[in-house]
Amino acid sequence: MLIGVRHAEAADGVFAPDAFLRIEKNGIVTVTIIKSDMGQNIRSGLAMIAAEELEADWSMVRAEQVKPNEKFSDFGTGGSSSVASLWMPMRKAGATAKEMLITAAAKSWNVPATECHAKQGEVLHAASNRRIKYGDLVDAVLRVEAPKNPTLKDPKDFTLIGTKVRNLDTASRVDGSAIYGLDVRVPGMLHAVIARCSTFGGSVKSVDDSAAKAIAGVRFVVPVDSGSSRGIAVIADSTWAALKGRDALQIEWDAGPNAGLSTASIRESLRELAKKPGVSGQRVGDPTIALPEGANQISAAYEAPFVAHATMEPMNCTASVEATRCEIWAPTQSPKSVVDAAAKITGLARSAIQVNTTFLGGGFGRRFETDFIAEALLLSKAAQAPVQVVWTREDDMRHDFYRTMSHHAMQGAVDAKGMLILWKHRVVAPSIMSRVFPGAIHNGMDEAALDAAKNMPYSIPNLEIDFALAQTAVPIGWWRSVYASQNAFAVESFVDELAFAAKRDPVEFRREMLAKNPRMKAVLQLAAEKSDWAKPAPAGRFRGVACSQCFGTRVAEVAEISIDPKTGIRVHRVTVAIDCGTVINPDSVEAQAQSSIVYGLGAALKGEITIANGQVEQGNFDDYPMLRINEMPEVEVHIVKSGEPPSGMGEPVLPPIAPAVANAIFAARKNRIRRLPIRNGDLGTKLL
Amino acid sequence: MPKFTLSVNGAAREVEADPKTKLLWVLRDNLGLTGTKFGCGISECGACTVHIDGEPMRSCQKTVEFASGKKITTIEGLSTDRSHPLQKAWIDLEVPQCGYCQSGMLMTAAALLQKVPSPSDAQIDQALGDHICRCGTYLRIRKAVHQAAKNGGAK
Repeated sequence: MLIGVRHAEAADGVFAPDAFLRIEKNGIVTVTIIKSDMGQNIRSGLAMIAAEELEADWSMVRAEQVKPNEKFSDFGTGGSSSVASLWMPMRKAGATAKEMLITAAAKSWNVPATECHAKQGEVLHAASNRRIKYGDLVDAVLRVEAPKNPTLKDPKDFTLIGTKVRNLDTASRVDGSAIYGLDVRVPGMLHAVIARCSTFGGSVKSVDDSAAKAIAGVRFVVPVDSGSSRGIAVIADSTWAALKGRDALQIEWDAGPNAGLSTASIRESLRELAKKPGVSGQRVGDPTIALPEGANQISAAYEAPFVAHATMEPMNCTASVEATRCEIWAPTQSPKSVVDAAAKITGLARSAIQVNTTFLGGGFGRRFETDFIAEALLLSKAAQAPVQVVWTREDDMRHDFYRTMSHHAMQGAVDAKGMLILWKHRVVAPSIMSRVFPGAIHNGMDEAALDAAKNMPYSIPNLEIDFALAQTAVPIGWWRSVYASQNAFAVESFVDELAFAAKRDPVEFRREMLAKNPRMKAVLQLAAEKSDWAKPAPAGRFRGVACSQCFGTRVAEVAEISIDPKTGIRVHRVTVAIDCGTVINPDSVEAQAQSSIVYGLGAALKGEITIANGQVEQGNFDDYPMLRINEMPEVEVHIVKSGEPPSGMGEPVLPPIAPAVANAIFAARKNRIRRLPIRNGDLGTKLL
Repeated sequence: MPKFTLSVNGAAREVEADPKTKLLWVLRDNLGLTGTKFGCGISECGACTVHIDGEPMRSCQKTVEFASGKKITTIEGLSTDRSHPLQKAWIDLEVPQCGYCQSGMLMTAAALLQKVPSPSDAQIDQALGDHICRCGTYLRIRKAVHQAAKNGGAK
């Protein structure tokens, strides 16, 4: 990625001081967006940062989705990094343009630039009461040299950043006009549906496609291998004809080597691995220390299941492969990977490949993968026409890259004074990195798999975090907050166990270990205050607390629950305290917090993909249920004021919700939840 | 293939389709009305909700044959200028995140306000309880329905 082209580019009276920004004579400011919008409203967030420094009039600001090109070639959207990584580049882009516009205006008025200032899309000279709109400076500013080190605003002068502003994309999302991947329509486009082998690693033994080909509208029936699944594609004039064609296929499958795979066998293999030491990821003090008299040592095992992404918009991609060029329209988190896939499949030069990133109907990490991209490219090549590959919900559920199953062996001890003196956490899980970037694995260590397990927010004198690398034939991938989501469940539940063993209040127990982490301490304090932690919960309600620190952001959550003797657990209220550094748009921070709670709570209460005979047993929302509106708790979001640079907001609120709820269940029933999802049968007392 | 005349958003539209084609795919593939979304295909998520003769229905379950001759309203016909009180409230409260489920939410909410001009939280939950949003807009949806109700959402 190249940031900051240092010479103004003139093109038909357009001022483009930077690859991120252009201003036209009509005053419209267009901000180039290199991040995919999957609901986090990043397009507006990034535009706000540039507009702040530019002193733009927000009503004149537009966002434009970039196409990978010579200026921007390597980018993706994930790791909660969009704002943090582009904070300075977007500010500099805005500040550069503003300084150049001021210089141009000052020159035309023949006054010193220092006497001028910019506001709301205009340059003003107070002494002579003159003003000129940015659009009217487009010609003059082209003769101005770009400053090398533009002056950035003092944060106390921010007028846009830190406020709720009109979101640039909301209007198109309430009238059906926003274009998602499935909404792409290309002249001559055909529709494809694929029958994939439902056993992982299986293939097609034989196919009888005569009935499928007899269906009106069916054009081609062809085999397809995306690299992660194999099957038979039906390409037709309409989605309906393709679906009917697929139903009519007679396929004999070769189940392949994983036909015996089951959830139980994978769980057992993780439990076996947990018995032996893994590779050390972090060691503090002496984890083999002889415990002093009066110390209380406990151990426990925690387990997390496979879960699916289940984005509302199922996977899909539209591709048009021609002899000398190719174009792709995709809801993707990784346009670079799309170019890579297209270059490999078509053999075309990267410059002949155009990727259009549409809106994403949810991403959550699933849309980093390119299996659905490869399918569209292969089928367009085969059909010699533009093809849209449509996944049904069942395709999506059964051919996901799941959040992996994991096992956590925990040991800890508190001394006679109730202080945590020993902590051991063995993470046993397969590695995503070993598939996508094997070079990142050294001596069996995948650092990413220890997120929120190592570098805990707490000071503990003796600790060891180790990792046992497991293998599985089940495809696994990035799932919102990734390993932090399950590591935090084990960590924060076990901290709660140790607090109980020490006969200490769970908030007080944590707070005492946060002396060296004042930001986390303040966040925990805020969550405790706002949730009325110090006061007894209302009758029949119980509270649990959990913290986590990941993607640079500190979060503490208090969940308030009740357990109905007939219907089981109900989460009423979640108090969230966040320190994510400088807040761009507090309304978006609130939305992302609510979003993480829904996603994390749905998984904690209901999410479990099970495997039998090498196949996923779930298929749709009837057997893989989602959290519904009537189950949604009140979510109160409290933000710590901070002048630190912005950190991640898309994921960090997710990890604490499962342990906060599990800890509230313990408060209610003295029954510890050590496996997810939380089942009514695990609540401690039989339901009526 | 047989021809059907559909009344969509106040206009007569002729389509040629297999009579068993689900209305969802006719709207999206034949008529280019892509605001109505495909989410599950089994009536579990509500993303494909449209009005048929004023009733909210799942277009993934209704055939073109069934819809023929009936009055169909899609998200594109809720208003032509985002002026429906629900759309205004949705914009004002910044309800959508990814936005994919919102067409269905809006169509069901609009039908609710027709019947219950001032719904309670429980009535909103009941009407929208068989819709799914993965992004977590539920809380803002409730607020926005109340706001639209105050601003004459039943009209």
